[in-house]
Amino acid sequence: MVPMLAQYRDIAPKGTVEFLRRLGERAQGKSMLHVNSTRYGGGVAEILHRLVPLLAELGVNTRWEVISGTDVFYKATKSFHNALQGTKQRITTEMYDAYLHCNRENAKQLNLEADVAMVHDPQPAALIDAHPQGTRWIWRCHIDLSTPQRAVWQFLRAYVVRYDAAVFSLPKFAQRLPIPQFLIYPSIDPLSDKNRELMPEEINHILQRLGVPQDKPILLQVSRFDRFKDPVGVVEAYRLVKKSHDCRLVLAGGTATDDPEGAEVLAEVQGAVEMDPDVHVLLLPPTANIEINALQRAASIVLQKSTREGFGLTVTEALWKGKPVIGGETGGITVQVIHGQTGYTVNSPEGAAFYIKRLLNEPELLAAMGRQAKEYARHRFLITRHLQEYLGLIIHLSRRAS
Amino acid sequence: MMDYRAKQPFRFFSCMELREILGKRARDEQRLLELIEEAPADSIYYHTHSYYLRHPYTQSLYPNDFATWVALHAQDRILGERLGVLDPFDFDDIEELRGEIMAIIADHLDHERAAASRTTDEPFEFVRSHVIEVDLGIEVMTLREFRDAVSRVEVGAVYNHLCEARMRKRQLWGDFAYWLSAEMGLGLPDLAAQVVQVGRLGLSLEGMRERIVTLCDQVLSAS
Repeated sequence: MVPMLAQYRDIAPKGTVEFLRRLGERAQGKSMLHVNSTRYGGGVAEILHRLVPLLAELGVNTRWEVISGTDVFYKATKSFHNALQGTKQRITTEMYDAYLHCNRENAKQLNLEADVAMVHDPQPAALIDAHPQGTRWIWRCHIDLSTPQRAVWQFLRAYVVRYDAAVFSLPKFAQRLPIPQFLIYPSIDPLSDKNRELMPEEINHILQRLGVPQDKPILLQVSRFDRFKDPVGVVEAYRLVKKSHDCRLVLAGGTATDDPEGAEVLAEVQGAVEMDPDVHVLLLPPTANIEINALQRAASIVLQKSTREGFGLTVTEALWKGKPVIGGETGGITVQVIHGQTGYTVNSPEGAAFYIKRLLNEPELLAAMGRQAKEYARHRFLITRHLQEYLGLIIHLSRRAS
Repeated sequence: MMDYRAKQPFRFFSCMELREILGKRARDEQRLLELIEEAPADSIYYHTHSYYLRHPYTQSLYPNDFATWVALHAQDRILGERLGVLDPFDFDDIEELRGEIMAIIADHLDHERAAASRTTDEPFEFVRSHVIEVDLGIEVMTLREFRDAVSRVEVGAVYNHLCEARMRKRQLWGDFAYWLSAEMGLGLPDLAAQVVQVGRLGLSLEGMRERIVTLCDQVLSAS
């Protein structure tokens, strides 16, 4: 096996790799199992592809199982997901039954033996029914549970309370539970296509291909076309800035074909943009990782003007690329954007415009803030920190068990 | 001096924190005061000390979570300033520190009654940490070796020997100063006293590390 951890030596904070190796010694010989619902696509799978071999390299015998399901199951879990994130859904008895049936079937097929099992998100949560005696099970919640639809949460909660611990990405997502709830922020992998260093020629080539000239400062927001991301507010902020500063705005997001509200928001954005040649609305596929990377690196300032946000890994990605972020004062943005240090938190298009102008007027401030942003991301939001906390969790739970 | 060898080596231990969400939330200053009173000592420690580990090279608004939340989210700059100036290195015991924080908030609320119930959408979330200590396998016997190790170890080791040692392990001088001054260590009480002062300067952990290395360099170059 090619050692992966050493690749992070010059990227992670000083001494991190040695620290991880020493920490790994304390968890050596333990076995860990991750269970989720997809091998590819989505942030959870993306990070597991790296974390699983890294844990194994550190001596933790780590496996990753993926549950399989029927269309009814996936429809049910998609509705659960939306309901738990606060969008009202109608969930039928058949959907609950399909969910439980599918979990039972998976429990028969999967090898669930491990000292510590981490079950990700609601889809496989009911596997707890089949957990082997003497093992420690953790429910890892990646979604925003701050305002769940109560009936759906009550259903899921009956399973969650039987775990040994739960892990949330922000304190505000935690629920009233009789088990310990830990806080572990998500992370980005600095070696992935979305975050690795790019050569200037590579960036130029990609921007050319996307039709975005680099003749003036670029303001960028990367996000779905979703009202909570406030893309229309971003256009308003750009218009205010444009009165005095020549710049471009790039709104890069996913296609919205399966999401009627997304199509509506996209139409609103296109309406707001009118025929301005300095505004670029880019519909990119989910695989456009290098394109997003290049856009973030080419931008002068990155915006994430959300009015509601989970953790906001697009903010992390921008900080890692040394870009100050002007973000809405909500959710995980407030953990990442330290006002006046790594960017600015705002509550209105006017606030965003004010700070965009300040940064465009003061290139030295912009550069200094960008350096702070990168260092902050290096210490707090890279995969090496994530790895450290998972090891810590294994050690802590094993200590409690013995 | 450069060659003086301690009778007992200094061994570096780093640490990490596993954070536990306590599910206690304050949306206004009155509730914050009540929850500070009942929170476990580990949680008061986390919100007043772990800041250094979470912001090892840079500083946010104030060096403790209570002050930052009060100023940013409860929009109370006066109380933020009064809490922000608190120096955790002034206190030898977490209960003394808790008492001081409560006295400041209570006094403020006596005079600013409107502030007590002004609510915010971003509540203060109480967290506590479980510290996991890790032996880095680095032992030093001389000041030169000590200086070199301090300059290169993972920053958690600086936190462990300066902050953790004081409050949780009751080594009030911190491990570095204790070893530098001890007869079994290097027997350098003047340097040790200066190292103790480093904690009082309001620096980030990286700033503290840099200052300790500079102090060692001064002693080494004078000898």
